[in-house]
Amino acid sequence: MDRRSFIKTMGLTGAGLLPVGQSAWASLSPDPQTKQKLIVVLLRGAVDGLNVVVPYGDANYYRLRPSIAIPKPGQEDGAIDLDGYFGLHPALASLQPLWQANKLAFVQAAGSPDPTRSHFDAQDFMESGTPGQKSTPDGWMNRLLGTLPGITTPTRGISMGPVMPRILSGSMAATNIASGKGAGRPTVLDRPVIGEAFARLYQGKDEMSRAYQEGQQAHQEVMSSLEEEMRAADNGAPSANGFPSDASHMAALMRNDPRVQLAFVALGGWDTHANEGTAKGQLANHLAPLGQGLVSLAHGLGPVFDDTTIVVMSEFGRTVRQNGNNGTDHGHGNVMWLLGGRVAGGKVHGEWPGLNENQLYEGRDLPVTTDFRTVLAQVAERHLKLSDAKLARIFPALPARNGSLRVIQD
Amino acid sequence: MKHFTGLLVGALFCSFVGPLWASGLSTEQRQLHVLNRIAYGPSAVDIARINEVGVDRYIDEQLHPERIPLPQSLARQLDDLFAINKSTGDMIAEFREAEREAKQNPEQGKQERRQLVVQIAEQTATARLSRAIYSPRQLEEVMVDFWFNHFNVFEGKGLDRVLVSAYERDAIRPYVFGRFRDLLGATAKHPAMLFYLDNWLSTAPGFQSPIRINAKQKAGGLNENYARELMELHTLGVDGGYTQKDVTELARILTGWTFDPRDGMFRFVDRRHDQGVKDCLGSHVTSNGQAEGEYALDTLAKAPATARHISFQLAQYFVSDQPSQSLVDRLTRRFTESDGNIREVLDTLLHSPEFLDPVNYAKKFKTPYQYLVSTLRTSDVQVVNYRPLLGTLRQLGMPLYGAQTPDGYKNTEAAWLNPDALSRRINFATALAAGRLPLSSMPDPNGDGRPEQMNSRRTISAPRETQDVQKSFVALDANTLGKTMNGLLSSQTRAAIADADPRLRAALMLGSPDFMRH
Repeated sequence: MDRRSFIKTMGLTGAGLLPVGQSAWASLSPDPQTKQKLIVVLLRGAVDGLNVVVPYGDANYYRLRPSIAIPKPGQEDGAIDLDGYFGLHPALASLQPLWQANKLAFVQAAGSPDPTRSHFDAQDFMESGTPGQKSTPDGWMNRLLGTLPGITTPTRGISMGPVMPRILSGSMAATNIASGKGAGRPTVLDRPVIGEAFARLYQGKDEMSRAYQEGQQAHQEVMSSLEEEMRAADNGAPSANGFPSDASHMAALMRNDPRVQLAFVALGGWDTHANEGTAKGQLANHLAPLGQGLVSLAHGLGPVFDDTTIVVMSEFGRTVRQNGNNGTDHGHGNVMWLLGGRVAGGKVHGEWPGLNENQLYEGRDLPVTTDFRTVLAQVAERHLKLSDAKLARIFPALPARNGSLRVIQD
Repeated sequence: MKHFTGLLVGALFCSFVGPLWASGLSTEQRQLHVLNRIAYGPSAVDIARINEVGVDRYIDEQLHPERIPLPQSLARQLDDLFAINKSTGDMIAEFREAEREAKQNPEQGKQERRQLVVQIAEQTATARLSRAIYSPRQLEEVMVDFWFNHFNVFEGKGLDRVLVSAYERDAIRPYVFGRFRDLLGATAKHPAMLFYLDNWLSTAPGFQSPIRINAKQKAGGLNENYARELMELHTLGVDGGYTQKDVTELARILTGWTFDPRDGMFRFVDRRHDQGVKDCLGSHVTSNGQAEGEYALDTLAKAPATARHISFQLAQYFVSDQPSQSLVDRLTRRFTESDGNIREVLDTLLHSPEFLDPVNYAKKFKTPYQYLVSTLRTSDVQVVNYRPLLGTLRQLGMPLYGAQTPDGYKNTEAAWLNPDALSRRINFATALAAGRLPLSSMPDPNGDGRPEQMNSRRTISAPRETQDVQKSFVALDANTLGKTMNGLLSSQTRAAIADADPRLRAALMLGSPDFMRH
């Protein structure tokens, strides 16, 4: 598929998905202050980035991973060639059209400057945006909510899932909505007698009352945005569980409700210490639905995809050398993924250090040549149009910019 | 003598801080606080007990659960659950047999294998929840939750589907008040942990296994997974001062710690063990087989960082999301002086001024598990069918035995208070109060009016309570509930409830902000 026909397909798909009986917000014109969207997908557990964006041009890759390397493009179960040096895991074939349309980019050897190999600390740093500093009270997406111009409603920043992630926690209101079938369904609190009685119990200004009030407001917004979508989904076969269905809910919400600007979702199951697999197997089984979900997001957003940047990241990478059990242990540098209308796509960005023994971090890991914050800062600056001064509030102690890195188009 | 000195110091300390309590919490508040924190909230039975014996003796009783008899009804119910009573070996054998059947006869066999796994999961969870709700040994159940979570394994990973039950029974329960080193050793050697964090596959570099376990699983070198979490989560804590080199060296020390996949028994296999010299945490460890690992566990259990880490976690769990440094210091000293005696550390904690300090009263936000169990205790519902409760825990983000990552679940307000959670808790409370949850009888899949057997494959009878219980949707009585809950509710909440439709009052109590905290 060439670029033009892909865009045509995307356009058609977008139009086809527009709700027929306009829900309350679908007819609202986009708010210029929330028009630029950001979606962050955090892969908790440290995805093996070297098997996602495979450096098939580096002989060391095959030497150090004799039984878990992804074969070269053209071979059986081989990688999908990206640029003649890197190739994509074959389970992510669904993303190929986005790559060809220059809507998908990667930054290889990205990550945190902090050396920790603890999942939990490393995730914490990625969510607080302050590597090495555990006392930071809020998440960087919450600080972003407090910095963006315009009116912030509780659904300006949303997370999918039953808990509020660190990245969106802080003084600004944010909402989590149920993943799976629960999203956008009426609850017992929608019955006026019950709703009013509980509203009286939660009318204070304390933390819990605030959460209750924000939740109810957000629930009304989400319900009216998803009503059509859910009805349509219920008519067909039961929706697939997991990320692809959550992704299409998220897309519908962002397309229908112009107030939603930032969204977050976390996916687990990447900690492949044993039996990682190659083209098939454990990692592949997790990558395939992730790829499908990202495609659902892109398609479901329809025209809004042009104004959206999707970032996929993970707390650190995994050892270059496979371990004793056809798996990989905790490493350092990893790959970041970027999707969206204005992403400088069709390119693997970042400085590739190579996998020679003497180039590895502590003799075992892919080094970090791009600080994850510089990528996020560029998205905030060039896509969300944040000024330098405001940027410093979101990522204090931001390292000097990498002059050549350009992940968002001019 | 040591004990006597401890008592003396304790007595002096108590008499010094005694007046502070007296001026702080009322007697009723003290009782409720104790029931909220060392039990899963007040039940009518426990309120009566603590009223009778007083706070101090109640705490003392709870620290010695072996002296509290289990009610016969609960003991019988637990006896009926094969998943918690069969040996690890039998469970594995049964699972392997189901796997063989599934291979030979895919259509029916796969279905049966799935049923077996579902049954095991349901029974394991039924046992845990029924004890949490109905056992008078409440602190024991609280500590099972605490330690299981500390040494978390995930039920959804492969063989752990059939091992989790034995893990809780054999590696956690016997040690919840015991020596930390024993608990650490029991978890380190249990197949559920060896499997979950991959140590069972970790070997000396270049080891060639004479038997292939299956096509995918290869044991042919080091795996760092367990060694890292052992230091980061189980003992020293992430800031406990170890390095990547220590992780690798500890993993080498623990090579050969595995289990026999046929019977689930721990084995140290010398052929798999890395015989080289290791340098770990400042110790030079020469080749000495299994004793190297035992020595490493001794060292980790005795490390000051471990005492601090465990003390902080206990203080956070029982006292406050941000416990004071002085409390953590005191617990750390007790931990070290008592050689990791958990009962003594708890004794110090529960008699500390911080524990009953009014600033900590009703301040902790309940985890979904604590919330759910407390609603059932306070409302005195006789649960037969636990499925709706398990579904609720899943929806609330805390599936029982379902924490995927080794850090388990957090117990802080920051982790659990969010808009969706409150709405879901209220939905649950409303359904429970209206009697709309099918808790009192098992679902009826055949439509023949007979309750489903918990175990259709085996000769286990359905829980006795189901025999004469009809499907009855009985709403909770707000007046009865009010008697148990009254002390927990603020005057504003009580006023709002008094003004509300009487049919909503029970739901409002259970879904009130006051009941979200403990």
